[in-house]
Amino acid sequence: MKIEARILLVLGLFFALMGTVYWVWSGENAGGMMIIAGGLLGFLPGSYYWWWSRRMPVRPEDRDGDVTEGAGFVGAFPGTSIFPFTLGVGAFFAVLSLVFGFWLMVPGLGLIVWAAIGGVAESRRGGTQ
Amino acid sequence: MEVQPSPPQGAGPQSTKHRRRWIAALIPLTALALSGCTLPSFGAYKSDTTTGQDSYRLWQWFSVGAVVIGTFTFLLIVWAVLRYRRKGDTIPKQSQYHIPLELLYTIIPVIIVGVLFWGTVVVENKVVAMPKTNVRIHVNAFKWGWGFTYPGQNAVVVGNTTQEPTMVMPVGTDVAVTITSTDVMHGFYIPQFNFSRYALPGVTNEVTFHAVKTGTFTGQCSQLCGLYHSLMYFKVKVVTVKQYTEWLHGFDTPAGKLAAQAAENALKIQMSAGLPVVSAVTAGVN
Amino acid sequence: MTAVISPDTHHDDAHEAHDHHGPTGVLKWLTTTDHKIIGLSYTVTAVLMLVIGGFFAELIRVQLSAPYEHFLSFAQYNEVFTMHGSIMIYLFAGPMAFGALANIIVPIQIGAPDMAFPRLNALSYWLYLTGSITMLSGFFVSGGAANFGWVGYAPLSNAANSPGAGADLWIGALLLTGFSAIFTGVNICATVFYLRAPGMTLFRMPIFTWNLLVTSILILLAFPVLTAGLIMLYCDRHFGTHIFSVQGGGVPVLWQHIFWFWGHPEVYILALPFFGMVTEIIPVFSRKPVFGYKGMVFATLTIAALSLGVWAHHMFTTGVVLLPFFSIMSLLIAVPTGIKLFNWIGSMWRGQIWFSAAMLYAIGFVVTFLIGGLTGIYLASPPLDFFTHDTYFVVAHFHSVVMALVMGGIAGLYYWGPKITGYLLNETIGKIQFWFLFIGSQVFTLPLYILGLRGMPRRMAVYPNNPGWQHLNEIATIGAVLIGISTVLLVVNILVSWKKYPAGDNPWDGHTLEWFTTSPPPHHNFYRLPQIRSERPTWDYNHPEAPAIAHGTHEEK
Repeated sequence: MKIEARILLVLGLFFALMGTVYWVWSGENAGGMMIIAGGLLGFLPGSYYWWWSRRMPVRPEDRDGDVTEGAGFVGAFPGTSIFPFTLGVGAFFAVLSLVFGFWLMVPGLGLIVWAAIGGVAESRRGGTQ
Repeated sequence: MEVQPSPPQGAGPQSTKHRRRWIAALIPLTALALSGCTLPSFGAYKSDTTTGQDSYRLWQWFSVGAVVIGTFTFLLIVWAVLRYRRKGDTIPKQSQYHIPLELLYTIIPVIIVGVLFWGTVVVENKVVAMPKTNVRIHVNAFKWGWGFTYPGQNAVVVGNTTQEPTMVMPVGTDVAVTITSTDVMHGFYIPQFNFSRYALPGVTNEVTFHAVKTGTFTGQCSQLCGLYHSLMYFKVKVVTVKQYTEWLHGFDTPAGKLAAQAAENALKIQMSAGLPVVSAVTAGVN
Repeated sequence: MTAVISPDTHHDDAHEAHDHHGPTGVLKWLTTTDHKIIGLSYTVTAVLMLVIGGFFAELIRVQLSAPYEHFLSFAQYNEVFTMHGSIMIYLFAGPMAFGALANIIVPIQIGAPDMAFPRLNALSYWLYLTGSITMLSGFFVSGGAANFGWVGYAPLSNAANSPGAGADLWIGALLLTGFSAIFTGVNICATVFYLRAPGMTLFRMPIFTWNLLVTSILILLAFPVLTAGLIMLYCDRHFGTHIFSVQGGGVPVLWQHIFWFWGHPEVYILALPFFGMVTEIIPVFSRKPVFGYKGMVFATLTIAALSLGVWAHHMFTTGVVLLPFFSIMSLLIAVPTGIKLFNWIGSMWRGQIWFSAAMLYAIGFVVTFLIGGLTGIYLASPPLDFFTHDTYFVVAHFHSVVMALVMGGIAGLYYWGPKITGYLLNETIGKIQFWFLFIGSQVFTLPLYILGLRGMPRRMAVYPNNPGWQHLNEIATIGAVLIGISTVLLVVNILVSWKKYPAGDNPWDGHTLEWFTTSPPPHHNFYRLPQIRSERPTWDYNHPEAPAIAHGTHEEK
C-alpha cells in the first residue's frame, strides 16, 4: 500500500513541478492547466492510499506473505452477466444518435437505464445469473 | 560558445590549468564541428540559407551520434545473439544486477542528451531569430494555393494547383517572411531551405531567410489541408538584389499594375471565401 | 521451496465452484465476464483490425508506387490514409496493447482470480467493438469516411471543411473506444493494487504487469483529455460553438494542444505493453532473470513521468510553442528508453538463447525499435524537426517504432497463445513469417527516411512534380507487400496449427505465475499457487537450485 501511494504521490509531485515550470515559462494556459490537473490525478488516489496505508496492517501482498493467507472470500465475481453487453449497445445507440438523429437516444437511453437497474440488482443478489 | 564547467568549491590554480588544457583540446574539435564539411550529408540537404546550413551541421552531428550509438548497440545485440545460442541444457549464471554498469548506461546517455540539447538551443536560436530588415514578404496560404504580397510594394503573386506561384526574393539579404492562412492549416515547406512552418488561421508566423545563392527551389504544402493537398506547390526564386528591385518595379508599370490588381482580386476572393485574417497572435506563447 | 495450497484456498469464490456452469455458444460470448474470454475477444477483434488496417496500407502503397497513379481518387486516398491511421492507432494498437494480452495475462501474473471489476471489463470490450463498428461504418454513409487524417486537426475537421456523417462517426467511435480504454485503465489499476496474491509485492511483479500498471495510469491521465476535446469538436461542428474556429474568437491550435496532450502519452500507452511483452520473453528464452529489474521499473516510471511534458514536439513548426522545454523533455525520454534497450541486451548476455519464434520476434523488436528510437531523437530537436516534420521522415520513424511493436505483439501471441488456447503455434511457419515481417519492415521504412529528407510531405496522393521519388516508393511498396504476406502467414499459421500441438502447462520453462497454472487456465485461474519470494515464482519452484543473484553477492564458480 505504501509503495502504491508513493508512486502516485511522486508522479503527482513531478507533474505539479513540471506544470508550474511550464506554465510560468510559457504562459500557455491549456497545457499548464492539463499538466497541473495530471498532478492532481496523482495526488487524489495517492493520498487516499497513503491515508489507508497508515491505518491498516501491512497486507499479505505487501510482505513475504504465505499463499494460504489469501484463502477465503476474495469477492463476488459474477460468472456471467448480460448487462455489460446491454450497456455497451445502449452507449452505441447513444453515440449513433449524435450522428443519425436524436431519436436513437430513445433506445439508447432505454438500454442504459435497463442495464443500470439490472446490473445493480444483480450485484445485490450477489453477482450470479 | 563552449559550455564551461563551473569550478568546484575552492578550485585552486591547478584545476584552472587543467580546465585550460581541456578548452585547448576542445578548440580543434569545435573547429571541426563548425566546418562540418568533412562529414557525409546523411541524406539531408546542405541548404541554401544561412540558418538552413546551421541546421544541416546540427543534423550531421546528430547523425554522427546516432550512427556511433546505433552501430555499437547493434553489434552488442548481434554478439549476444551469435555468442550465447543455447548449446545445452545447463542453466547459465543467474546474474540480475550490475549497478556500476547500469549507472554507466544511465549517466552517459544523460551527458549525450545534454550535449545534443546544447547544440539544439544554439542552432534553434539562430533559426528563430528575427533580425531587423526592410525586405518583407507576406505569405497567404489558402485551399489550395499561395499568395505572396510584398508590403509597401505593388507586387502581388497568386497561384493555385493549376498554376504554381513563385516567391521572388533577393540573395544575400535578410528576408522577413510572415506566414498566415485564410482557412485551414497549411505547411509552408521549402525542403532546400531546411525549413517549414505552419500557416495557421488567426496567427501570423514570422521567419527570416538569408539565402546564400541564387536559384529556383521548390516548395509545397506539408500539412494536410483537404482534397488537393498534394498539388499545393509553389516556387522560390532567389535572385540578385538588382534583379529583385527590377522585378518589383515591373509591377509599377501600367501593365504590371493591372497584373497585380488581377492577382490581388483573386487573392481577395480566396480570402473572403475563407476567414478574415486576424493579425494578432491569439494562441499560445508570444 | 514448496508449493502450498489446496484447491480451495486463494480463489475461493462465494458463489461459484471451479466447475463453472454457464451458458454456452453465442450467449456465453455475450454474457461472459471471464477476463480470459474477454481478452481473447479483444485479441481476435484487434487482429481483425490489423488485417483491415493493413489492407488500407497496401492500398496506400499501391497508390504511391507511381508519381501520378489513378488507383485511388484524391478523395478516396484521403479517406483511406485517415482510416488506416485511425484503425491502426485506435482500434488495433491500443486495444491489442492494453485490452488483449494484458487482459488475459495481468490477473494471472499476479495470482488474481479475475480482474477487479469483471463486468466493467466486459463493458470495455463491448464499447471497443461498437466503437470499431462505428468507425468502419463511415465507409457506408454518403460523403464517405473521415478524411482529415487520424489527428483531425481543427479547422479542417470542422463542419464547413468536413461536412458529413463520416467525421461524426469518427468522433463517436473515438468517444466509445476512449471510454473503453478508460475503463480498462481503471480495471488494471484496481486489479494490480488490490488483487495480488500474498507475497506478490509490487517489486516482485513481472515487468509486463508493471508496464501495464504504468500504462493504465497514463490512460487515466490522457484519455479524458481526448474525450473532452472530442466533445468540444462535436460542439463546434453542430452546436455553433467556436472553440477551435477563428471567426468566433476561438483558437485552432488549442485542438492540437489537447489532441497531443493525449496523443503523446498514447504513444507510450501503445508502446509500454509491448515493451513489457518483450521483457518477459527475452529472459525466459535466455534462461536468465530480467537484467536490471529495478532499473527497468524506474525507467518505465520515468517514461510515464516525462510523457506528460512532451506533447508539443508534434507542434514545433506551429511557431506558437515553447521550443526548449519540449525539446529537452523529449530528448530526456531517450535515457530511460536506452536503459530498457541495454537491459534487454543484458538479459541475453551470457544466457542460453533458444531461438523460438517468440524469441526471434523479440529480437526483431529490439533491432527495429533501435532504428525507430534513434531517428526519434532527431525529431526532438526543433531545428531538425523544422525540415523533417510532416515529411516521410516522421512517417518512417513511427513506422519503424510501430513495426517493432507489431513484432512485440506477435512475439506475445506466440509466447502466450499456448497458455490461452492450450495449443502451440507452428514454429516453422512462425519463423518464416518472422523473416517476411522483419525484412519487410526494413525494406518498407528505410526508403521512407530518404524520401522524407528529399522533401516528400506526408499524405500526398500524387507527386507529379517529383518523378524521381518513384524508385524509393516502389521499394517501400515491395516492403509493404512482404509485411502483407507475413500477416497472411500468421492467419495461415493459426488455421494450420488449430488444436494440433498440445502445449502443456509450461512449454517455455517460464518464470512467472501464468506458467504455473494449466493451459488454458481454469475458470478462476489457479488450482494452486507456489510461494512467491521473487519476481520469478514459477522458476524458483522449478529450479530451486538457481536463484537470481545480484552482482557482487556471490562467488565466481
